[in-house]
Amino acid sequence: MGKYLLRRLAINVILVAIAASLAYMLAATTMNPRAAYEGRQPPVPEATIDATLDAYNLNDKTPVLTRYATWAKGVVTGDFGKTWNGGSVNQEMGRRVMVSLRLLLIGTLLGFALGVALGAFSAVKQYKLSDRLIGVTSFVIMAIPVFVLATLLAIATYNLNRGLGFTLIEYTGEYNPQLSGWDQFVNRLNHLILPTISLSLGSIAFYSRIQRNMMLDVLGQDFVRTAMAKGLRRRKALTKHALRTALIPSATYFAFAFGTMFTGATFTEKIFNWHGMGAWLVDSINQNDVNSVAAVTFFAAVCVLAAAFLSDLLVAALDPRVRVS
Amino acid sequence: MSILEVRDLTVTFPGGIEAVRGVSYEVERGEVLGIVGESGSGKSVTSLAVMGLLPQNAVVSGSVKLHGRELLGMKEDELVKVRGKAISMIFQDPLSAFTPVYTIGDQIAEAVRVHQKMAKDKAAKRAVELLDLVGIPNPNLRAKAFPHEFSGGMRQRAMIAMAIANDPDLLICDEPTTALDVTIQAQVLEVLKTAQRETGAGIVMITHDLGVIAGMADRVLVMYAGRPVEQGPVDDIYYRPRMPYTMGLLASIPRVDGEEGPLVPIEGNPPSPASLPPGCPFAPRCPMKVDMCDDEEPPLTPFGGGRHVACIRAHEIEHKGLTGADVFPVPVIPPSDVVRVPRTERATVLELDGMKKHYPLMKGAIFKRRVGTVFAVDGISFDIAEGETLALVGESGCGKTTTLQQIMQLEPPQDGRVVVLGKDSAKLDKTARKALRGDLQIVFQDPMAALDPRMPVGDIIAEPLRAHGRKDVAAKVAELLRLVGLAPEHAERYPQQFSGGQRQRIGIARALALEPKLLVLDEPVSALDVSIQAGVINLLEELKNRLGLSYLFVAHDLAVVRHLADRVAVMYLGRIAEIGAVANVYDRPAHPYTQALLSAIPLPDPEMERTRKRILLEGDLPSPADPPSGCRFRTRCPKFARLSEAERRRCVDEEPSVARLANVVDHGAACHYAEEIEVITASDNQEEE
Ligand code: SF4
Ligand code: SF4
Repeated sequence: MGKYLLRRLAINVILVAIAASLAYMLAATTMNPRAAYEGRQPPVPEATIDATLDAYNLNDKTPVLTRYATWAKGVVTGDFGKTWNGGSVNQEMGRRVMVSLRLLLIGTLLGFALGVALGAFSAVKQYKLSDRLIGVTSFVIMAIPVFVLATLLAIATYNLNRGLGFTLIEYTGEYNPQLSGWDQFVNRLNHLILPTISLSLGSIAFYSRIQRNMMLDVLGQDFVRTAMAKGLRRRKALTKHALRTALIPSATYFAFAFGTMFTGATFTEKIFNWHGMGAWLVDSINQNDVNSVAAVTFFAAVCVLAAAFLSDLLVAALDPRVRVS
Repeated sequence: MSILEVRDLTVTFPGGIEAVRGVSYEVERGEVLGIVGESGSGKSVTSLAVMGLLPQNAVVSGSVKLHGRELLGMKEDELVKVRGKAISMIFQDPLSAFTPVYTIGDQIAEAVRVHQKMAKDKAAKRAVELLDLVGIPNPNLRAKAFPHEFSGGMRQRAMIAMAIANDPDLLICDEPTTALDVTIQAQVLEVLKTAQRETGAGIVMITHDLGVIAGMADRVLVMYAGRPVEQGPVDDIYYRPRMPYTMGLLASIPRVDGEEGPLVPIEGNPPSPASLPPGCPFAPRCPMKVDMCDDEEPPLTPFGGGRHVACIRAHEIEHKGLTGADVFPVPVIPPSDVVRVPRTERATVLELDGMKKHYPLMKGAIFKRRVGTVFAVDGISFDIAEGETLALVGESGCGKTTTLQQIMQLEPPQDGRVVVLGKDSAKLDKTARKALRGDLQIVFQDPMAALDPRMPVGDIIAEPLRAHGRKDVAAKVAELLRLVGLAPEHAERYPQQFSGGQRQRIGIARALALEPKLLVLDEPVSALDVSIQAGVINLLEELKNRLGLSYLFVAHDLAVVRHLADRVAVMYLGRIAEIGAVANVYDRPAHPYTQALLSAIPLPDPEMERTRKRILLEGDLPSPADPPSGCRFRTRCPKFARLSEAERRRCVDEEPSVARLANVVDHGAACHYAEEIEVITASDNQEEE
């Protein structure tokens, strides 16, 4: 079992390397950081531009493979290079990583937990009103793109706050810098509410559909009946025997759902004015910032594969059939 | 006083579908009540209603009293104290009956702890004891295994262990051995008898297998279309049935000790619970029907001697002493012309010579590597002459399906030869192979899965005709439909509008479309109800004689084989154990495996079942990836156990090959110490004589 997981881990590391390299190549060949310098008034001499770009490893006159080699060497030692204007990518990333991780982590866990619970519930209540309601709502939510959803949420909150006359729920930024200590912590939490909702609604809807199907599959199986036949209450048979078994397939969707989540985070951060990795990606694409784009992609790849690894772990923990063979 | 008393139980599902329409019975302590019926007769629904385990949208009425206490309408708080404690249930398919993510030991311990205040470790110990009681070897170790690590027979034993964990007063067994192979079934029934002795419980045994009931039950209840139609002591039901349905059912089952020749079919299909006939539900199929039968449904009326019958002509049947054979017309099947020619002078349509099929055993999720070989078929030889039926029998895992696939592929085998209609499969080119496919057709087991539900039946049958570019398709389809006993108008309908038996007829019509010479039948009747089975078996027999076909018939039901086959080959772990003419193999089996197999089949004959001597096999089938050295059967061979040390050496070192037995023309066995004995009718009494 340990060997199996180790092997999965090793494969994941290789996959991260490949994904990050491809992303770098794509960014390096299609983006043009020179443009930012060329259009200036007064014009900057070409030699100066070249020298600057060389210093940042962004010069399009250097063959892309050479640039890639320099970049890769840096990344291996933990240096992600320079931004288009000479700032440290590492520093920028340091500032932003936690912002995004906080959102993603809470969003993922909440999405999974609530989605699974809702799905299981609606399976047990199949064809009842509550099941239909959950079903319709999930489909509506899944049909709305994240950026529309986030904007709608923001507008609704704005109106709510205005109607109340005070700010009940914050809808922009990460925290209020004027507060400190406990107040600031509470304020941070308040700021988290909207982005978390906008981010996790989609995955709640997604998981609830999947879990409902899995649960329905399992509910029709004989072992739930056996559990009740030996004297367990329906509720206990449903949670201990049915839900536990139906969780396994949902756990395999973990990695997949995480990818969607990351895309969602990009919009969410932009709309709620959070300075996270997703917002950075949008900004750096606009600025032709090759190294930053590569760094964000790297981060995304690590996240997705971490999620994949986590889902392997989860499946292994839940399913003895995987563990034994 | 009876333990369980069921009165006028009815179950209605949404849409007004009455699955059970007034069932009454009682069970005494230590008594076994058998409930027989075909699928859809309401027998399983009845038992789930007793347990209170039906879906919540089912409406149950009537009365179910356990020790005089009403169970229907009881609160869940009370009901959970009864379930698994006073009444336990054993379900059919033991794989899905255990939760896959918990160990067997944990699940049994859970059953113990639900009803008894007991520490975890103590309950675990009790689970091990129970596993030991039902005969699971190394119970300490096996308790820690997960359900998928158990074989089917072992799981069913564990299921029994779980059911008797709290010393119940009543055990309800719903088709407890249907999913199992016969030798395993014999073991499990033995365990069930032990369990009954240990607990003194009453048993309700629900099954469609009249053989199993004959050997187990004291009293029998026959159900048809949601109602009991006959009830009484087991001997009366089997020897003196007084309701035409019971009579037909008993006459229609093929028997291993039976005569060859046509079976007695019951025409038509059981009515759907949504559209019952106005009077007696059996009227549309009953040859004794009179006009009065349509007036009202005959109630189940006492008949004397503890018997109840629901038929207005029951007394007449009693009076005239009618039997199933008198009432139900036995079809006449024209004999075949081909068989008049001696076998040796007929052409050989299929020949297998030392054929092998090995699969690599792979491991690993992403990087697969080979860790061994599955010896699925390991050198088998047989031949089929024109106009002959050879049956390939054996339990699951014996390699019969692999053999059939290899033949159907018409590809060169890994080793040995496959010769179809004189053409070696290794020497075929593409066009020759396609042409030969027309001569070699297959009928599958599951008639529903084999037919595309979106295609009208006419197109399904026409498909092979069009693929081979035949003209005049429509006329041919009509002819084929008539040939298998359907009407040409049926071509417009879709498969789901047909019953199981009719679907199988459609499958046969399609297989016959290209006028093949050899038909491969893959368990063609095992998915059908007994009363339907007989009709399809007769049809196959008739088609063979009329069209001069040859059959390779793969089956696990040895009784069906006896009726349909001329010759039989018994397979065990990828090899042929015994082969020969049906009469020789059935009446004087020489291989210990064949002997055990035949003696394990329950007979629908209570008298014989009571005295019958069984050869019980130990353990399960070894893995085909790791067959025992020498004789593959030696790990379970009852004869091996009785041999001397010196004699055993030969079994261990030398693999026996099929050798012709002296003084019979067509009979061979792969055993060093083959000895012909009679087993089907062998009884304890004979032993004493
Ligand atoms: S009541 Fe009539 S139709 Fe029904 S079984 Fe008796 S004779 Fe047949
Ligand atoms: S060869 Fe030996 S082990 Fe094999 S069946 Fe015969 S007696 Fe049994």
